[in-house]
Amino acid sequence: MQAAGPAPGALAHAPPSLRFAWMGEAALLCDPSGSHLSDAIQQRIWTLADRTIDLPFVRDVVPGMNNFLVLFDPFLVTREELERRLGEIWRGSGAAVRAGKTHEIPVVYGGRGCEDLPFVAEQCGLSIEDVVRRHAASDFMVYALGAHPGFGYLSGMDPRLATPRRAVPRTRVEAGSITIGGSQSGFVACTSPSGWHIIGHTCVCFFDPHAQSPTLLTPGDHVRIIVEDILS
Amino acid sequence: MIAVLASGPLTTIQDLGRRGLLRSGIGRTGAMDRRAFALGNLLLGNAPDAAGIEVAVAPLVVRFEADTAFAITGGDCRATLDGHPLPPWWAGLAREGQELVMPPPRDVVFAYLAVGGGIDVPQVLGSRSTDLRGRFGGYDGRPLAAGDRLRNFGADQKSGIESFSPLGFGVVPPPAFLPDAAEDETGTLVRIVAAAEYPWLSPEARMALEHTGWIVARESNRVGYRLDGNALAMPGRREIFSSGILPGVVQLPSSGQPVVQMSDANTCGGYPKLGVVIAADLGRLAQVQAGQAVRFRVVTQAEALEATRAEQTYLAKLARQIAKIRAGGVPQ
Repeated sequence: MQAAGPAPGALAHAPPSLRFAWMGEAALLCDPSGSHLSDAIQQRIWTLADRTIDLPFVRDVVPGMNNFLVLFDPFLVTREELERRLGEIWRGSGAAVRAGKTHEIPVVYGGRGCEDLPFVAEQCGLSIEDVVRRHAASDFMVYALGAHPGFGYLSGMDPRLATPRRAVPRTRVEAGSITIGGSQSGFVACTSPSGWHIIGHTCVCFFDPHAQSPTLLTPGDHVRIIVEDILS
Repeated sequence: MIAVLASGPLTTIQDLGRRGLLRSGIGRTGAMDRRAFALGNLLLGNAPDAAGIEVAVAPLVVRFEADTAFAITGGDCRATLDGHPLPPWWAGLAREGQELVMPPPRDVVFAYLAVGGGIDVPQVLGSRSTDLRGRFGGYDGRPLAAGDRLRNFGADQKSGIESFSPLGFGVVPPPAFLPDAAEDETGTLVRIVAAAEYPWLSPEARMALEHTGWIVARESNRVGYRLDGNALAMPGRREIFSSGILPGVVQLPSSGQPVVQMSDANTCGGYPKLGVVIAADLGRLAQVQAGQAVRFRVVTQAEALEATRAEQTYLAKLARQIAKIRAGGVPQ
């Protein structure tokens, strides 16, 4: 991921300011998000992560979906100072562009284990075929990794497919599941609990802890779905 | 060598967990009661990140195939060595051939077995903790089972424990020394720092959050503790974008029943966040058994840091006293 200079159409004016909130006594959530996900904001968040990870009082950084979590040593820096430094870096981060890879992911939609496809279709007022067509045609970009090892939070899902998360999360969703949660889509990399809706499945491996590079996806990568089948 | 004769699905190798990998979706994992775990290593003079065994729900039975220094911490296990009862929070020297039986604790959820030098399994991504979801780390990424054989790093060393007493020595359990939060009739007190969506709670819900005796649900596990009580109202609730989250975060799904993410927490989540359990209290929450009650209290960062300082002071003082004992002296 090389910074290649400001992106065309990047935020020429000052970016939206960061809203800060505690995530416990030693972490701060920074949130510039608006009502819709913005690629330009996400680019800036990746730059913010790159420029804060090596600060002496920073323990870890977690880019999220148009937001940013900073873990810090509370005995080395106050919240006020941290907010000041982060705000400074945020305003100074021109929207550098990450040139990521494109991954082609074959997917089988519906069938056993993908029982939420009819529910999503009904919620969205679409046929199952329409849901599949719109989902597979989406231009997915990896915004962040999270939820479990190697899980890519993807932007670019067709907004017609947005479905609120389940009221009660499932305790077990299989690795390889293709899911929808709110306005986002994701590929489950490890069998784990999830509150998202399962609509399809892929055999691609997104996480190997013993590999040189344990995660397949990196923020800035693109994902293109190849529809293998639609099962009922 | 240490031979595992009996184990259960919640008994795993843990240390203090993985750091610096949250942005790859790789969570911290590690011991659920970090203070009890740390005390085991302190008792044996181990490095703080030496790996041990976390025991819950089912008994752990091991046979030591060589003289091995060991320590048991976390709760009232009624552990026995060759049938002889051991006090809780105790360190001793097992002789070759002796069998240790560690039932799950009666009063809390997790107990810890530390051994001299720590358990020798490969580090994966910087830690020996078991990541059950990713199926890596610890013992092949899974709970221990009968038939497993473990090595410890300190196998060739005498630990010095027998120089103090042939029966070993112990510590007074931490709650007696740390004067902070305690139980009252509503339940175990757990302090939280208010988080981003706390303001979305109705005033009545904010009162209810801190005055309800939340019951730990049976489905609770290392990933999260579900809490049962009257649903909390969050008027104007809306879908939010996923963000990084940490162990201790108290989330509120639309059911209105809070869920607290624990050691095996997701690294990102999209449910509204009411608060985060302070570091000093997360182990206390972890040790609340299913069916028992928990009560929240919203505190400031300053109060949270004070609690952490108090715990660090306690552990440092204990470390000095233990060092004296192991050197053959009598603690002041």
